[in-house]
Amino acid sequence: MAWTREEMAARAALELKDGFYVNLGIGIPTLVANYIPKGVDVTLQSENGMLGMGPFPYEGEADPDLINAGKQTITKLPKSSYFSSADSFAMVRGGHIDLSILGGMQVSQNGDLANWMVPGKMVKGMGGAMDLVAGVKRVVVVMDHCEKSGASKLLKQCSLPLTGAKVVDLLITDLGVFEFDRKAAVRLLQPAPGVTVDEILAKSEAEIIVS
Amino acid sequence: MVNKVQSGAAEALAGVLFNGMTIMAGGFGLCGIPENLIAAIRLAGTRNLTVVSNNCGTDDFGLGVLLANGQIKKMISSYVGENKLFEKLYLSGELELEFNPQGTLAERIRAGGAGVPAFFTKTGVGTLAAEGKEVRDFDGHAYVMERGLTADLSIVKAWKGDGEGNLVFRKTARNFNPMMATAGKITVAEVEIMTAVGDLDPDHIHTPGIYVDRILQGAAYEKHIERETTRPREREQA
Repeated sequence: MAWTREEMAARAALELKDGFYVNLGIGIPTLVANYIPKGVDVTLQSENGMLGMGPFPYEGEADPDLINAGKQTITKLPKSSYFSSADSFAMVRGGHIDLSILGGMQVSQNGDLANWMVPGKMVKGMGGAMDLVAGVKRVVVVMDHCEKSGASKLLKQCSLPLTGAKVVDLLITDLGVFEFDRKAAVRLLQPAPGVTVDEILAKSEAEIIVS
Repeated sequence: MVNKVQSGAAEALAGVLFNGMTIMAGGFGLCGIPENLIAAIRLAGTRNLTVVSNNCGTDDFGLGVLLANGQIKKMISSYVGENKLFEKLYLSGELELEFNPQGTLAERIRAGGAGVPAFFTKTGVGTLAAEGKEVRDFDGHAYVMERGLTADLSIVKAWKGDGEGNLVFRKTARNFNPMMATAGKITVAEVEIMTAVGDLDPDHIHTPGIYVDRILQGAAYEKHIERETTRPREREQA
């Protein structure tokens, strides 16, 4: 059985280490916060200007001045701090954030990521994604292995405009976990339970090394 | 003595608006936006604006009202996904758009205000964001040159301010406001609470008054929330 969204998030949470400063993207990456392993203390950064992001507020207590990068209302923690967008991206670009978990539209075997634009169709913008993949120490992408049409999203080369070139360290899809050395091929680390290597190879355009 | 304090948003913008100007507007989504000054620009009807702002509001609030009124010619932003009209106007060619990565946008504004004409960043190397720009190697890594950014007018929103133009922001409503305050030829700040000079602790001031030319207390604040997200109250544990 392929992993569900929740199971993908839970697998991604295993990448969190005690003491990490972490930025979580929108979508499945946001769910990762629900699966932080016991005994692991991480500080979540929100790139609109906050370290130490707390949970959603109780009903009736939402503060319009306190939102995350997905524009959702949130709360602070005792350790929280607020800062400007310039300070926030100094943290990101300067390599002070340990881990970034983002969604993806396409990933190529050399670690290129495309997740911000479909020419002529979707014009939303890259937001902070290009800064995050360029500056954060370790980049984990979580996405479905295939499009709804069945086309693979793990490719030899991305066809969509890139968010970053050779930036992905680890990819988690519904079919398994993949590691990148940012060269020619991608290595299958772990198939999802019940998913065969043959199925993964059949559903991937990228060249995959099976160890 | 120069009096920076204005009686309202329209008064604060008197004599500074002109067609074809570049305006920086603080805020992230609808959080920390200068809503009174945006409304005053809407009423003034200034056209052919180039607007520098991380987002473009929503269809019915924030900068979205200037877009709907046909006042914006070009946007420089990082993300405009909350605004359907924006996408429509862009795809039909009625609106120019320059996307900057969010951190690059913040740094361009910081640099502009700090007198730094250009800087190098690894953000966007190998992507559309670096197209047509100089790429240079430093210590074995590729970096793209980005230019500092200034504006004819910056409009910012703070929580508290005083007659000197000193500003204090609140929570994540700070975002782009402090850098934009430094990068406008003229900077107008609106605040929720105007304090007497001396009431703000100098150690707590985020934006020193030198950057602020005019300041006003906003007449009213709607402070819309784009995505109100809450959790149920846990039952009291015995």
